[in-house]
Amino acid sequence: MDKEYITGSVATKAGEVPVVSTVLSRADKWGDLKAICAIRRMDYTVDPGLYAVGNPNEDSPVFASANYKLSFDALRREIDGIDAWTIVLDTNGINVWCAAGKGTFGTQEVVNRIERTNLKDVVSHRKIIVPQLGATGVAAHEVRKSSGFSVVFGPVRASDIPPYLKAGMVATREMRRVRFPLRDRARLIPGEILQGLKYLLPVMGLFVILAGLHRGGYSSQLTLRVGSRSAINLILVYLAGLALAPALLPWLPGRSFSFKGMVSGAIMFLVSLLAGLAGQSPFEIVAWALMFTSISSFCVMNLTGASTYTSLSGVKKEMSVAVPLQIAAAAVGLTLWIIARFV
Amino acid sequence: MSELKYLKGVTTLKLNEDKCTGCGMCEIVCPHAVFEITNGQAEITDRDACMECGACALNCEFGAIEVESGVGCAEAVIVGAVRGTDPTCDCCGEPEKPCC
Ligand code: SF4
Ligand code: SF4
Repeated sequence: MDKEYITGSVATKAGEVPVVSTVLSRADKWGDLKAICAIRRMDYTVDPGLYAVGNPNEDSPVFASANYKLSFDALRREIDGIDAWTIVLDTNGINVWCAAGKGTFGTQEVVNRIERTNLKDVVSHRKIIVPQLGATGVAAHEVRKSSGFSVVFGPVRASDIPPYLKAGMVATREMRRVRFPLRDRARLIPGEILQGLKYLLPVMGLFVILAGLHRGGYSSQLTLRVGSRSAINLILVYLAGLALAPALLPWLPGRSFSFKGMVSGAIMFLVSLLAGLAGQSPFEIVAWALMFTSISSFCVMNLTGASTYTSLSGVKKEMSVAVPLQIAAAAVGLTLWIIARFV
Repeated sequence: MSELKYLKGVTTLKLNEDKCTGCGMCEIVCPHAVFEITNGQAEITDRDACMECGACALNCEFGAIEVESGVGCAEAVIVGAVRGTDPTCDCCGEPEKPCC
C-alpha cells in the first residue's frame, strides 16, 4: 500500500529510521474520512516500529501511538513543528483506548517494541510519553522494571501535546479529562447509520410486504400506501436512535441510555403522528408508539459502547431492566400493527 | 452544557487507604477525575463518574485500588451472552474513543 506519508529517513545508532510528514495529504484525509464512516475500518494500519518527526536527535521526546492510522495521523498532525520520535505499537489496527482495554496496547507490547526498535540506542534519555488513555493497558511501573524506560502519561488528546510540552510535560486537569462533546458525538453518527443499514433495510422490506395484507387478501395498493408510510416511520425510528439521541444526549432526561433512547423515540413518534404517518386506527397508532420507543431505546442503549463514560456495571444494570421491556414493547407493537391490517 | 453522568452507585471501585502512599498515579491516569490527592492520600471524590476502565488499579503499584474493569458496552454484553463468554467487543473504530 501507499506509504506516501514517509518522506525520507534519518540515520541513528540503531540504523535508518523513516521520517514521516506532519502534514496530512489528501489521500490521508480521504482515508481518515472513510475510516470514520466505517468503510474499511479494518486494515487501516501503519507498520509498527519507530518513526521520526521533524529532525529529532537523541534528546528528543518519544511518543507512543497505536498502529491504527487515524491515531497515528492525529499524533503526527498535532506535533507539526516538534522534533520527536514516535514509537508505533502493534495494536492490530485498533485505536489507543480500545486497544488498551483489550490489552494489546499494553505493558508487554510497549516493552517488546522498545527492545525491537533498539530505542535505547536511538535516544539517550529513558522516557516515553504514552497517551493517558493507554493507561488502561500499560502499567507504568511494570514497563520501568522490564525496560528501564519510565512511562509518562501525556494528555488524552493529541491536540494538547504542544501546550503540554511547553508547560514542561505537565498536563492540566482538563487535559486529563475525557468528555463527550457534541463534536465527538456527531462523529459517531455517520458510522452508526451506515452500519445499521443492514438491519434497517430488511425490516423495512418486511413491513412493506406485510403492509399489503387485509381482510380480503392482499392488495398491492396497500403495499404502496401503508408500506411507504411504514417505511418512513422506520427511518424516523432509526434517526431517533442513531442521530437525534447522540446529538441531544445531554438534554435527554435520565441517566440510562435506554431511557434517553425511549424519550428520543417518543419525540420522533410525535413527529410521525403529527405528519399523519402513524395511520388512523388506534391499534396502529399504539403499535407505532410502542415500536418507536422500544426500538429507539435499544439503538441508544447500544451507543453505550461508543460513549466515553459508561461503566460495565452500569450497563448491566440498565440492561437488566430495559431489555425485557424493549422486547415486550416491540413484540406487542408488532402484533398490534399486524392486527391493524385486518380490522 | 450539563455534564453527562452515568448511573449512580454502581461502580465496583474500591480504595484501600492503608496501602496508599499518595504517589498520585491514580489521579493522573483517571479520565474522569475520580481521585484527588489530599495530604498525601488518595481520596475518591467523584465515585459515580467512574467508568471502570481499570487504569487506576493497573497503575497503582502498591495495590491499593481494586475495580472489576470491563467495557461499558451493551453490544459487548449481548455478544458475550450469546457466546457464553465475558462481555466481548470486536468492533472499535473511532480515534481516542472507546469502542464496541
Ligand atoms: S496510585 Fe495507589 S498509591 Fe498512588 S495515590 Fe493512587 S491509590 Fe495511592
Ligand atoms: S476505573 Fe477508570 S474511571 Fe474508574 S476511577 Fe479508575 S481510572 Fe477512573
